[in-house]
Amino acid sequence: MNDYFTEGDPLQDTQDPGGPLKDRWDKRRFEAKLISPANRRKVSIIVIGTGLAGGSAAATLGEAGYNVKVFCYQDSARRAHSIAAQGGINAAKDYRNDGDSIHRLFYDTVKGGDYRSRESNVYRLAQVSAAIIDQAVAQGVPFAREYGGLLDTRSFGGVQVSRTFYARGQTGQQLLLGAYQALERQVGAGTVELNTRHEMLDLIVIDGKARGVVVRDMVTGEFETHLADAVVLASGGYGNVYYLSTNAMGCNVTASWRAHRKGAYFANPCYTQIHPTCIPVSGDHQSKLTLMSESLRNDGRIWVPVKAGDDRAPADIPEDERDYYLERVYPAFGNLVPRDVASRAAKKQCDEGRGVGPGGLGVYLDLTHAIKRLGRHVIEEKYGNLFDMYAKITDEDPYQAPMRIYPAIHYTMGGLWVDYDLQSSIPGLFVIGEANFSDHGANRLGASALMQGLADGYFVLPGTINDYLARNPLPADVDANHPAVVEAAEGVRERTERLLSINGSRSVDSFHKELGSIVWEYCGMERNAEGLSHAIEEIRRLRDEFWTDVKVTGVNEELNQSLERAGRVADFFGLAELMCIDALHREESCGAHFRSESQTEGGEALRQDEDFSYVAAWEFGGDGDEPVLHREHLEFENIKVQQRSYK
Amino acid sequence: MKITLRIWRQHHQDQPGAMEAYEVDEISPDMSFLEVLDLLNEDLTLNGGEPVAFDHDCREGICGMCSLVINGLAHGPEALTTTCQLYMRHFEDGQVIDVEPWRSTAFPVIRDLVVDRSALDRIIEAGGYVSAPTGAAADANAVTVPKKDADRAFDAAACIGCGACVAACPNGSASLFLGAKITHLGSLPQGQPERDERALAMVEQHDAEGFGGCTQIGECTAVCPAGIPLDMISQLNHDVLSGLKHQSGQ
Amino acid sequence: MSATDTKRGRVPVLRSSAVLHAVMAVGGLIMVLFLIAHMYGNLKVFAGQEAFDGYSAYLRTILEPLLPYAGALWILRVILLISVGAHIWAAFVLWHRSRAATAGGGGWRYQTTQNRRGVQRSYASFTMRWGGVTIALFVVYHLLHLTGNVIHPGGASDSAYERMVNGFSIWWVVLSYVIALIALGFHLRHGIWSAFASLGANTSIAVRRRLNGLAYVVTFVIIVGFLVPPLSILIGWVGA
Ligand SMILES: Cc1cc2nc3c(=O)[nH]c(=O)nc-3n(C[C@H](O)[C@H](O)[C@H](O)COP(=O)(O)OP(=O)(O)OC[C@H]3O[C@@H](n4cnc5c(N)ncnc54)[C@H](O)[C@@H]3O)c2cc1C
Ligand code: HEM
Ligand code: HEM
Ligand code: SF4
Ligand code: F3S
Ligand code: FES
Repeated sequence: MNDYFTEGDPLQDTQDPGGPLKDRWDKRRFEAKLISPANRRKVSIIVIGTGLAGGSAAATLGEAGYNVKVFCYQDSARRAHSIAAQGGINAAKDYRNDGDSIHRLFYDTVKGGDYRSRESNVYRLAQVSAAIIDQAVAQGVPFAREYGGLLDTRSFGGVQVSRTFYARGQTGQQLLLGAYQALERQVGAGTVELNTRHEMLDLIVIDGKARGVVVRDMVTGEFETHLADAVVLASGGYGNVYYLSTNAMGCNVTASWRAHRKGAYFANPCYTQIHPTCIPVSGDHQSKLTLMSESLRNDGRIWVPVKAGDDRAPADIPEDERDYYLERVYPAFGNLVPRDVASRAAKKQCDEGRGVGPGGLGVYLDLTHAIKRLGRHVIEEKYGNLFDMYAKITDEDPYQAPMRIYPAIHYTMGGLWVDYDLQSSIPGLFVIGEANFSDHGANRLGASALMQGLADGYFVLPGTINDYLARNPLPADVDANHPAVVEAAEGVRERTERLLSINGSRSVDSFHKELGSIVWEYCGMERNAEGLSHAIEEIRRLRDEFWTDVKVTGVNEELNQSLERAGRVADFFGLAELMCIDALHREESCGAHFRSESQTEGGEALRQDEDFSYVAAWEFGGDGDEPVLHREHLEFENIKVQQRSYK
Repeated sequence: MKITLRIWRQHHQDQPGAMEAYEVDEISPDMSFLEVLDLLNEDLTLNGGEPVAFDHDCREGICGMCSLVINGLAHGPEALTTTCQLYMRHFEDGQVIDVEPWRSTAFPVIRDLVVDRSALDRIIEAGGYVSAPTGAAADANAVTVPKKDADRAFDAAACIGCGACVAACPNGSASLFLGAKITHLGSLPQGQPERDERALAMVEQHDAEGFGGCTQIGECTAVCPAGIPLDMISQLNHDVLSGLKHQSGQ
Repeated sequence: MSATDTKRGRVPVLRSSAVLHAVMAVGGLIMVLFLIAHMYGNLKVFAGQEAFDGYSAYLRTILEPLLPYAGALWILRVILLISVGAHIWAAFVLWHRSRAATAGGGGWRYQTTQNRRGVQRSYASFTMRWGGVTIALFVVYHLLHLTGNVIHPGGASDSAYERMVNGFSIWWVVLSYVIALIALGFHLRHGIWSAFASLGANTSIAVRRRLNGLAYVVTFVIIVGFLVPPLSILIGWVGA
């Protein structure tokens, strides 16, 4: 244990309906109070985010007749970062007759997450997964099809069935466009008010309940307060704390972090996923990393030269001098082991000097065998856009020579703590999509984030939020003059003024880069106690420097991108510190969280279920005070907990 | 590499703008065009200037947010490429590069290189969807879709909504964007029931937003990063005419 | 920017650019049919004065006595006039809209002088409007000359054949026609393919290639067909 935090009470109530696993969701929906359609117009809901989670939720709530207001920071709802997801979306359809089922999807997800997720939530996710595909097809999402006209599927890392639906290498784009179009339909129908280029900067809590938000109009700089019966956060993940990540440049933790400061618990912040197949970094100028969908691992083989420092061109290295290390070490899953396993294996090869490309930070992902076997046009059809992207970025032709890949930060399993209803520890604040912590445990399987985001938005939230709305209407006397509203708006204004007044000597980006490199170094693919304590000190030092020496140009009353970034980076400091504290306190390895002190002899992650089979939900302790740890103990009644093995 | 950038600077929608020249040094050929702007902004920030405002987000060519006219070409000189995926190896040392925002009456400049493209959203809002309320869907495999149709729908759905077509079109038309969405939904069985109304309503909104008409010049297809082909504009014309025919037949 | 608070009214679809283009296309294609017929008629100069003037007279007696003298011709003229009128009206409405959409700058609205010519635009596609105006001016001049007998370079005559021979014996008259025909050639080269595309017939890259081929062939036939009589007269093959 360390003295960076204090112990709080364990979390007992997760609103889990109990009873047989497969009946729980029905039971919960039946018990939830409903609002009659005629009264819904009078009930208002604020949704932050228009990604798969926020877009689908806002559209569905609008269709149901609620009065919905949505916000996003981009210039259009269609640009949320979900648009970038490439590989696919899982669903337990069993169209392949290959032994898939709701139970298997449930099992794979819990196992993939290294037994750190909640059974009830994951089971529900598997239950609604099939309806997502139906919904998307009805909206006109052009999924890949076979010549018979039926939907095609493929397999993805960490599973042995073929349950991933895809739309070339642009599945996220197509699913998001489906949700976005449904959303625009509601905007046209007048049920949803869409506010683009608006950034949420604080949550308004009145009498302990979330009742609104403070947003900044990013064009005029105006601070607006919006009130509603309930608030839904769908603001995505916080991978950008690392600066270099596969996330979009604007992805941020601000919405979640501000809610955290207002009382929402932040769960498992140290569970951050490193994706094994990204294009390696080419220089310090680099602003972002690009993912090569892991679906490439279906047809690609990963290897390094057997001999360290072998700098021959890949084509000149004969087969017997190549080490297909994943196939060698994990014969059962081969190149399809889960992400955390594949990433660490790549790092290990590079650490031992067998990495390829500039700086030795890369391994080969080779599709030349597949091109020979299936023909170039088949590969082009499946992965054409990924190959083009690779060629564009690296100036190398992946049809001729294998691609070079290296792990990069990609997804965050941690997020705001929510109960079975997706409600946070602040009543009336619901959190969906990547912004919440639920469902993926310590590691997410490929193609299941899209599934979760849409499950939350289309089906789960609309089935639970009504219960809260029916029981907790916004009091009639609350308006923009309520002291809590005024105070929140004032707080945002003061903070903005403070950022603008520092006028120091370093740019916002330089702080972000430095913060990112600290977090990557000590709280990245591998962590240990010493490094983490060091990182916490470094982060604090850098945060203090930020608040005295950052330079934010311009004024508030204009489109000011420097100011936008400054606010986001300021919040990343708090989060980074909490991530390290969380990583330090979890002295086991599990899933993506690898503590070098806790590994098997073969170098695999070693869980310590006795001590750590819980969700770590952190309560904000106040500026300068330690966070408070609340443990939610995890029970596994339907799955036998085992040491994960993909051998 | 050393490059001179001449950039359109305009503080506010209501104020006039002008081109201003900046020199940027130490550019590596592996940098993306936006990373050069990052470099310039870092320099401007530290040396008392105002950083250049420009839109961007994903930086991998999919979100459609980046939007620069580079040397007169929307998204720059490379085909099938967004600005964020344009690398400096396509330019020469010492080159002078002009950078301007999308220009179209329907896309007012907000600041510097940032424009307001919400007109495109309103075109979708007018009818660019299938009315399929959540929960009402049949099993996904209940209706088969010939692969040919699914592929055509996908080719059209690949539009990233960037608006480069408008920026490039001598008529300021958004027909390629419009045609892409009409073709996407019109190629699928799910899109048939609303096909006529969709085409008519979207065209009405397109014109109301102040976009020009299409005289089949094809500049749009040359700059489109998603490779939307010209025949999708013809599909739009077709659907509008057949929509009118069906309407008058009723 | 809230998308909802700037909602604008819609333009009725019948006045939309897409429909106006269909109107232009139909009008334009009718004019093309006329031109083909007209060109064919002109070639009758090679059959001599009698045949040519007879043909001209014949045009005025079609369907007589069902229709009065020149009745059928007037019906055709009315169709043609409506086509021309609609075509020109639509052209100007669309021209206005395209200027409004680009703040008057059209294809030259960027400050940069690099890549002024764009990537895809052809000379033909880019000069439709001024080319059209040139053609319209020519038609007025041409009607005053050969139909109206108002201006008569080389001498007036009641015989259309003689008017032609008189006029086209003068080099600058021929030159004025050649210039007009070049303008027409560009207009048709882009206009014919564009008309089909505006009507929804461009369904794939292959079809587009075929439509463009058709435009080239029809344009070539029309222009050459029109050029032959005046040039023949000028060099003295006909009428001398
Ligand atoms: C490159 C890449 C590839 C991926 N591929 C896959 C895949 O193949 N399969 C899969 O299942 N998953 C994949 N993922 C993961 C998956 O895409 C994401 O987890 C998921 O899309 C997140 O959706 P979301 O709706 O929660 O958030 P996002 O799509 O990130 O949306 C966040 C929204 O919140 C808004 N927002 C954020 N902060 C604020 C604020 N302060 N104020 C106002 N608005 C705000 C944004 O504007 C945006 O609209 C991939 C992720 C990446 C990065
Ligand atoms: C004042 C006179 C004219 C003007 C201003 C004019 C202008 C135009 C313009 C702007 C177009 C649009 C091009 C496009 O849609 O791609 C066009 C198309 C066309 N024009 Fe003309 N034109 C004129 C006269 C003529 C004449 C005399 C003919 C025939 C002999 C003609 C034949 C065509 C054809 C066939 C098209 C294609 C129609 C379409 O694309 O929808 N035009 N014209
Ligand atoms: C070298 C080429 C041409 C020659 C020799 C020619 C000749 C003539 C002649 C002799 C007439 C009078 C016919 C009559 O009164 O009976 C005529 C009429 C006409 N021509 Fe041409 N013409 C030529 C090109 C064109 C072109 C290019 C156009 C249009 C773009 C055109 C449009 C017309 C029209 C509209 C009429 C009037 C038809 C009518 O009154 O019904 N001509 N032409
Ligand atoms: S059609 Fe092409 S250029 Fe136009 S918005 Fe879509 S992707 Fe951009
Ligand atoms: S450039 Fe413009 S004219 Fe039509 S073909 Fe493209 S919209
Ligand atoms: S920044 Fe997303 S497409 Fe360029």
